[in-house]
Amino acid sequence: MSTGEKYLAGAYAVLLVVVLAYVAIIALKLQRMERDLSELAELARRRREEAAA
Amino acid sequence: MLLGGGVALALLWAPEDADQGPSQRIFYIHVPVALTAYACFGWAAWKALRLLWVRDQRYDLESYVAVHLGVIFGILTLVTGSIWARVSWGVWWSWGEQQLVLFLILFLFYSAYFMLRFSLDPGPARASICAVYALFGVVLIPISFLAIRLAENFIHPVVFTRDGPQMSDSMFFTFVVCLGGMLALAAALYTNELLGKRLDARIRELREALS
Repeated sequence: MSTGEKYLAGAYAVLLVVVLAYVAIIALKLQRMERDLSELAELARRRREEAAA
Repeated sequence: MLLGGGVALALLWAPEDADQGPSQRIFYIHVPVALTAYACFGWAAWKALRLLWVRDQRYDLESYVAVHLGVIFGILTLVTGSIWARVSWGVWWSWGEQQLVLFLILFLFYSAYFMLRFSLDPGPARASICAVYALFGVVLIPISFLAIRLAENFIHPVVFTRDGPQMSDSMFFTFVVCLGGMLALAAALYTNELLGKRLDARIRELREALS
C-alpha cells in the first residue's frame, strides 16, 4: 500500500468512525428513553391501581 | 445507500488524478463534508431567523440541532482536510491559507455557541440570544466560501470556477453523488436527533407530571 493510499484509507476511516460513533450514541439514547418510558408506564399503572383501590 | 454508492464510485470507478494519485480521492468526501457543514450552519441560521420572526420556541431546538450537526461535519472537514494536506502539501495545517483559517474561525465560532447556550437558563431569553448568535455566524459562511477566490497566494486548489467544475464528467458525477449522499446523511441524522430530543423533553414532562 502506497503512502497516498494509506492517507486515503485514513480519511475514509475517520468518516466511518465518526458516523458509527454518532449512530451508537443515538442508539444508547434510544435505549435510555425506552427504559425511562417503561419506568413511567409502570408508575402510571401503579397510580391507576392505587386510585382504583 | 446514496453515500455508500458515492464512496464506491469514488474508490472504484472515478479515474485517478494524474498529479495527486490516490490521495485525490479524499476530495469526494472532504468537499461534500465541508459543504454539508455550511448547509447545517445555514439551516441553523434559517431556523434562528424563524424563531426571531414568529417567536415559536420549537425553532430553538431545531436551530440547536442543526448547529450541533454542523460542528460535527466541521470536525470531519478539518480532519479530512488535514489528512489531504499532509499527503499533498507535506503539512497537516497551513496558517497562511485564508480558507483554512476562516473555516477554523467559523468552526470555533459555532463551537462557542454551546458555551453560550449552556451558560444561560433555559427559556425564551436563551432561545433569542442563541438565535441571534447563530444568525451572526452565518455571515462567516460566504466569507469562508469566497476566501479562496479572494486570496492571491494559495496552495488550496480551486475546483469550481466561473467556467464550471475543473474535472472530468465522471469525477463530477461521483462528486455529485457523494454530495447528495452526505446531505441525505445529514438530513437523516438531523431528523433522528431532533426526534430524540423532543421525545426526551416529553418524557421529562411526563415524569414531572407523575411525580
